[in-house]
Amino acid sequence: MIESYDVIVIGGGATGAGVVRDCVRRGIRVLLIERFDISTGATGRNHGLLHSGARYAVTDAESAEECIKENMILRRIASHCVEETDGLFLSLPEDDLSFQSKFVEACRHAGIRADVIDPKEALLLEPSANPDIIGAVRVPDGAVDPFRLTASNIIDAKAHGAEVLTYHEVTGFIREQNRIVGVKVLEHKTKEVKSYYASIVVNAGGIWGHDIARMVGVTINMLPAKGALLIFGHRVNQMVLNRCRKPADADILVPGDTISLIGTTSSKVPFEEVDRMLVTSAEVDLLLREGEKLAPVLAQTRILRAYAGVRPLVASDDDPSGRSVSRGIVLLDHAVRDGLEGFITITGGKLMTYRLMAEWTTDLICRKLNVSAACTTAVEKLPGSREAVEEIGKKMISVPLAQRNSTIYRHGDLAEKLAENTVSEYSLVCECEEVSVGEVKYALNELDVHNLVDLRRRTRVGMGTCQGELCACRAAGLMSSMHKYCTKRAKEDLASFLNERWKGMAPIAWGDTLRESEYMSWVYRGVCGLEWSQKQEE
Amino acid sequence: MNLQQHNVSENNFEQCIKCTVCTVYCPVAAVNPAYPGPKQAGPDEERLRLKKPYFYDEALKYCINCKRCEVACPSNVKIGDIIQLARIKYSKKKPTLRDFMLANTDLMGSLSTPLAPLVNATLGLKPVKAVLDGVLKIDHRRSFPKYAFGTFESWYKKQAEKQLAFSQQVSYFHGCYVNYNYPQLGKDLVRVMNALGIGVQLLRKEKCCGVALISNGFIDQARKQAELNVDSIREAVVEKNRPVIATSSTCTFTIRDEYPHLLGIANADVRDRVELATRYIYRLLSQGGGKLTFRKDKKIRVAYHTPCHMEKLGWSYYSIELLKRIPNVEVVVLDSQCCGIAGTYGFKKENYATSQGIGQNLFQQIEAAGVDCVVTDCETCKWQIEMSTSKHCEHPISIFAQMLLCE
Repeated sequence: MIESYDVIVIGGGATGAGVVRDCVRRGIRVLLIERFDISTGATGRNHGLLHSGARYAVTDAESAEECIKENMILRRIASHCVEETDGLFLSLPEDDLSFQSKFVEACRHAGIRADVIDPKEALLLEPSANPDIIGAVRVPDGAVDPFRLTASNIIDAKAHGAEVLTYHEVTGFIREQNRIVGVKVLEHKTKEVKSYYASIVVNAGGIWGHDIARMVGVTINMLPAKGALLIFGHRVNQMVLNRCRKPADADILVPGDTISLIGTTSSKVPFEEVDRMLVTSAEVDLLLREGEKLAPVLAQTRILRAYAGVRPLVASDDDPSGRSVSRGIVLLDHAVRDGLEGFITITGGKLMTYRLMAEWTTDLICRKLNVSAACTTAVEKLPGSREAVEEIGKKMISVPLAQRNSTIYRHGDLAEKLAENTVSEYSLVCECEEVSVGEVKYALNELDVHNLVDLRRRTRVGMGTCQGELCACRAAGLMSSMHKYCTKRAKEDLASFLNERWKGMAPIAWGDTLRESEYMSWVYRGVCGLEWSQKQEE
Repeated sequence: MNLQQHNVSENNFEQCIKCTVCTVYCPVAAVNPAYPGPKQAGPDEERLRLKKPYFYDEALKYCINCKRCEVACPSNVKIGDIIQLARIKYSKKKPTLRDFMLANTDLMGSLSTPLAPLVNATLGLKPVKAVLDGVLKIDHRRSFPKYAFGTFESWYKKQAEKQLAFSQQVSYFHGCYVNYNYPQLGKDLVRVMNALGIGVQLLRKEKCCGVALISNGFIDQARKQAELNVDSIREAVVEKNRPVIATSSTCTFTIRDEYPHLLGIANADVRDRVELATRYIYRLLSQGGGKLTFRKDKKIRVAYHTPCHMEKLGWSYYSIELLKRIPNVEVVVLDSQCCGIAGTYGFKKENYATSQGIGQNLFQQIEAAGVDCVVTDCETCKWQIEMSTSKHCEHPISIFAQMLLCE
């Protein structure tokens, strides 16, 4: 049997998920193929900042305008993934205050509300801000959870008939003369190679899109720019804090769910390294040193972990920092650009503009397929954002308070599925993030979870201060009892998950984080007899 | 090299490594499933409350503030303080009339002592208990501590002159219980101190330490009383160079630790000079000061119960060792565990089952110990033990006084 579709999308990041959703809502038969889990690339490795666009206002007006428009759309369609915190652009004594007026003017020009406020008022609004500030501008920044956003797009796409294959890697293309007609795909679990056919193949592989394009002989001049971030153990700030100056290193502090994030750095990395992003101690020092200038309390706040992502910038010049490169959306119709039919690349852009990128891509697909349906993704709310959270709270009144609030925060109106949980399902798997047995079961049954890391992306299991110390074995046990895998595989997965957690702790392994990781190691190795070498993969 | 090496977070909960030993030692979590336990209510949910205040769970009211979680914690997390501070900061529950009556020990004491025989008889009546239970939600099964006919302070006035004759002086923080309910303990203390050659003075002004006000949510009033007490203590300690001793472990603990931790009242300059009478006397005797002679005609076997705040202070050692110094007193040390009353907590109807459930083990151990009486430094433990076991309960100072050879 030949598996054929109108469109195949490669890449399960926010962009790929957005394209799939847009396509299927316009009646196009679509398949998503992702090498690992959804949002494993740059989608899951950024600030989670709901940009107002203010950051780009001075240097890149086009990006700024896109940001503020998408910002307003996401507040509406993805309310459960967004927290409307607002943000402050702070001027420190070492900053040039004259930049502020230029900044405010550029913001207003781009349609971004920017209110200059008294530094004293700014400190009342955000007590964690550096008390030495000489200026402050309030803008409509916010926080967005990229995991939930991507997952929600997938849920909606699947509900409308899209097919999604995770842990499926594209290893080659099927070509007929100057036309791409399908892809060869390796299924990781079974090691089987299968062929899937489609009229159009969309490359939404982020930085990996460079290699995907190369498979068909097309060169996209991309510039992998590494950005490192630090996660602090709890929420230090309630508003996004930025520096009011030209974009530089470590000048954004975002409150994201239970934690705060400082970032980022920017450094060019070779393509060979994009799968092995390790944060260096120089990067950690820089993030801390600069971060303390925004919020001095960071100097005393426990750091949970460090991580880095790779921006899929499309190089337009030879800028070594990768920073002055346009963050604009790059949509390549390879038929026009390279004479190759049936192949489209969507890249550049940023998390904030994922929906717009998807819209442009789907518009192009529709033109090619002669589909006249219009884009609805700017108005149709995502699953989870369709009902007021207060109403959901009322339906879940029997669920313990902290668990109820956490679950609704994570899943929006979809949390209602947990209202009928039994008392035993109220038991916590993850105590730091209040993830219940019921929530884990829901994720395992409905959200394409194949291992503990996938589960973490859907529920925050293992994302709290203990980084898996208490929850990992419980979750592995649940997965095993629900026949997601056998006991042997459960042990391997457990070791693999804990090693993945350690990878993020290693760069900042001191103080209480180190103490806790030692305790975790003692629990798993000493008490449970788990061997780290049980994991041989990667 | 890292930049954070020598910095300690003000957010003490970050030191928690989730070992959960606090929850193992929590007396409430063991018997009341409605209480999330100290780990969750403390460090875990504090992190969530910093995210959004709506994570504050009114179930935190079930915490009895025994601080046994803090004693158990190997990471030095101030779990009990985190929970109490969260209650102070976030709780929207208004205290009831009952809470007001239970918390204002000074006021209720002043009203009751002049009419003590009448009040005591009335509070013992079944219909009265039924009304208290039905209207005020004070559990009908709970027996009330008796009020004294005349306060300790009024008795002391007649002694004041005699006390001045001693060359060495201490100040005595007597607390509400000694003043309104059991002046005999205060009299015993004066007798013991005098036998040691030390005169006893009262503070210039003394108000209830405020522990019941804090636990019932009357923070502003607690702060006012604490300020007044610390002023008086400062006058005694700094101006007159007189140490302050007390007979109640909870009052002592509240003044020393809860004032700075929960009420934000600085006491660092006087804190070390406020201590329990048993510790003061133990140290005095250990240094060779004071000679006491004890009677030989009486032999008793007592069981020492360690109150929670005594455990937190780490001072039960002094009371136990002091008792052991008395010839003819045999001391059995009970396992250190909560009796369940936790001040006003156990009086509340909604807490009665939890309160008695917590104390069950202790009660059984007391009954099995084969002792003449139980000894403890806390007055509310005394009420609980006397109500829930067949044994009488005394303060170590009273045992001391009873065993002193009459001069």
